[in-house]
Amino acid sequence: MLEIKNLHARIAEDETEILRGVNLTVKAGEVHAIMGPNGSGKSTLSYVLAGKDDYEITEGEVLFDGQNMLDMSPDERAAAGMFLAFQYPIEIPGVATMEFLKTAMNAQRKARGEAQLSIPDFMKRVKEAAGHLNVSMDMLKRPLNVGFSGGEKKRAEILQMSLLEPKLCVLDETDSGLDIDALRIVSDGVNKLRGPDRAMVVITHYQRLLDHIVPDVVHVLSKGRIVKTGDKDLALELEKNGYADYVDAAA
Amino acid sequence: MNASVPIKHTQAESDLIDRFEAAKGVLTGSVAVTALREAAVSQIRDKGLPHRRVEEYKYTDLRAFMKSAAPLAAAADESAVKTVLGSQDAFEGLERFRIVVANGTFVPGLSDIEALAGEGVIVTSLTDELACAHGAQLLASPKSAANDGILALNTAFVQGGVVVTVKEGAEISRPVELVHVAASAGAQVSRSKISVAKGAKLRLLETFVGETGDGESNTVFDYDVADTASLVATRLIVGQSDAARLFTSIATVGAQAEFKSLGFIAGPRFIRNQQFINFAGENSNAGIYGVTMARDEDLADQTLIVDHAVAHCNSREFFKTVLDGRAKGVYQGRINVAQHAQKTDGEMMTQALLLSEDAEMANKPELEIFADDVICAHGATSGQIDEDLLFYLRARGIPEDEARTLLVLAFLAEAIEEYGEDDVTEGLEARVRDWLAGH
Repeated sequence: MLEIKNLHARIAEDETEILRGVNLTVKAGEVHAIMGPNGSGKSTLSYVLAGKDDYEITEGEVLFDGQNMLDMSPDERAAAGMFLAFQYPIEIPGVATMEFLKTAMNAQRKARGEAQLSIPDFMKRVKEAAGHLNVSMDMLKRPLNVGFSGGEKKRAEILQMSLLEPKLCVLDETDSGLDIDALRIVSDGVNKLRGPDRAMVVITHYQRLLDHIVPDVVHVLSKGRIVKTGDKDLALELEKNGYADYVDAAA
Repeated sequence: MNASVPIKHTQAESDLIDRFEAAKGVLTGSVAVTALREAAVSQIRDKGLPHRRVEEYKYTDLRAFMKSAAPLAAAADESAVKTVLGSQDAFEGLERFRIVVANGTFVPGLSDIEALAGEGVIVTSLTDELACAHGAQLLASPKSAANDGILALNTAFVQGGVVVTVKEGAEISRPVELVHVAASAGAQVSRSKISVAKGAKLRLLETFVGETGDGESNTVFDYDVADTASLVATRLIVGQSDAARLFTSIATVGAQAEFKSLGFIAGPRFIRNQQFINFAGENSNAGIYGVTMARDEDLADQTLIVDHAVAHCNSREFFKTVLDGRAKGVYQGRINVAQHAQKTDGEMMTQALLLSEDAEMANKPELEIFADDVICAHGATSGQIDEDLLFYLRARGIPEDEARTLLVLAFLAEAIEEYGEDDVTEGLEARVRDWLAGH
């Protein structure tokens, strides 16, 4: 589903190279975890996949279902089935969460040539998904993410993910800022979305999240490259020994 | 200081002086009213139109903008008024009472006079009242606007308007729309006095439809909010027009009263909306809101002076401006707190969103405080669309144009929502969308 080949990317503004030849293949139905120390390029990778124009691709390619994803705008990528759960969900004053959800869902449907959702159908979907994630109607009436706690923001991200039904979910440090209960709710929400037609890339610092969202493959990213790939036990090993071995290996 | 050196008149100033002579037969009123008109036209003759070297008009040079002055619009034909009224309705579906002023004068035949009388609202013609002994009082200027050039222009040429009186304790079941119709081209100059007696409540909609051609429009609203009364006034000025559009509000707010207003502007080439608000009684609240959109070469000016002349009053001023193209936005807001106006709470904020490199915003919030126990704050921001917000929306599948529209709407909606008049919110947001769509 996702093929990243020798991807090099730098910050457009100051030309600092962040990704230095990332290779990664994720098949439908798989969950991959990407771990790595601060500054290794994890978040950059997620932004590059989503199409943020703060970064410049200097080499390599990204194929999404065989299509060159780097040629697509962020909204085209989203409509094609790419979803990034942000590490820091953005607050948008003046845009009611409900209105935002409807606009996003219908924009994607329009781009795919599908009919617009009827209001009752939309409401039914939102209520059902919100119920699972413990998102209240009150939250949905508020402006998007404004005044939401850290946990509420992350739950709102997963709610969006559930409603938009993407093929590829990239979760950028979805565990940061969550207490144990919130972590469980969010993880349950993510696990519900696991399926044979969907792939996930879970970016995290800590092994903790991977107790809840058990990955098929674990990668270690260091200094802009994947330096080690293993199964879920690799995460446990990292938790015990830290990243020191791999940071040195990449140097 | 008296201007001793005669100024060289611009074409527009000469036109205005000629217009005054030509319209003497039409511009009626008591002896005192005529004297006020003469004094006002003398001011124009001596000082000219307000220009950039007059502090209050530094950013809004009316003298430079007005190339000429068209004659006053002739009395409107009722069927023409009906046609214009039928062509535009910003608040479609909203139940309301209507008062019609066309080509500067009251049209009783198209106004809901009887229904309003039943609710405790008396409506009379300003033209008639100006002929009465008390007529001159209806043209009084507030201290903070003494010698104001736009007000002088209005006094000199005021054709008519309405005098609306809401009886003590009356709560009007629906909003009252004071609709100003330009049924034919020409300058339109009107003034209306709105008095809300003790304990009464009025929600007013001020709308403007039709084209004045190359004639300026100059509209004054003089509000008198008595003790314990409430007045909410929504002013909606939309649509393109080439001539200057000039608006003045004067408000006197009694004790334990409420005054709230929104000045909504989208589209005119040159507009100034100026407000002079005076707290005359304690424990009152005023909320003054502004939503402004301008593009191309438009100039849009929201100017405001709030006089906290007495203690224990709160005022909130919240203005939002969106500018595109080479448009220029102006916000001048001043809160004056008199020495004995202790426990005043004033909070003023002006925020501008610039959609292009060439758009320009002049934000000038000011506080002048002579009391020592007050809470007053002011702030001003100018910025562009936040790229992170835009990216977030696009990452959810919303195309760039739609995402920008959503963010502009969200920016302006903050003021509309805080204004909090639910029955007009939908109509106002629809007008924002119209503007964004280029109308």
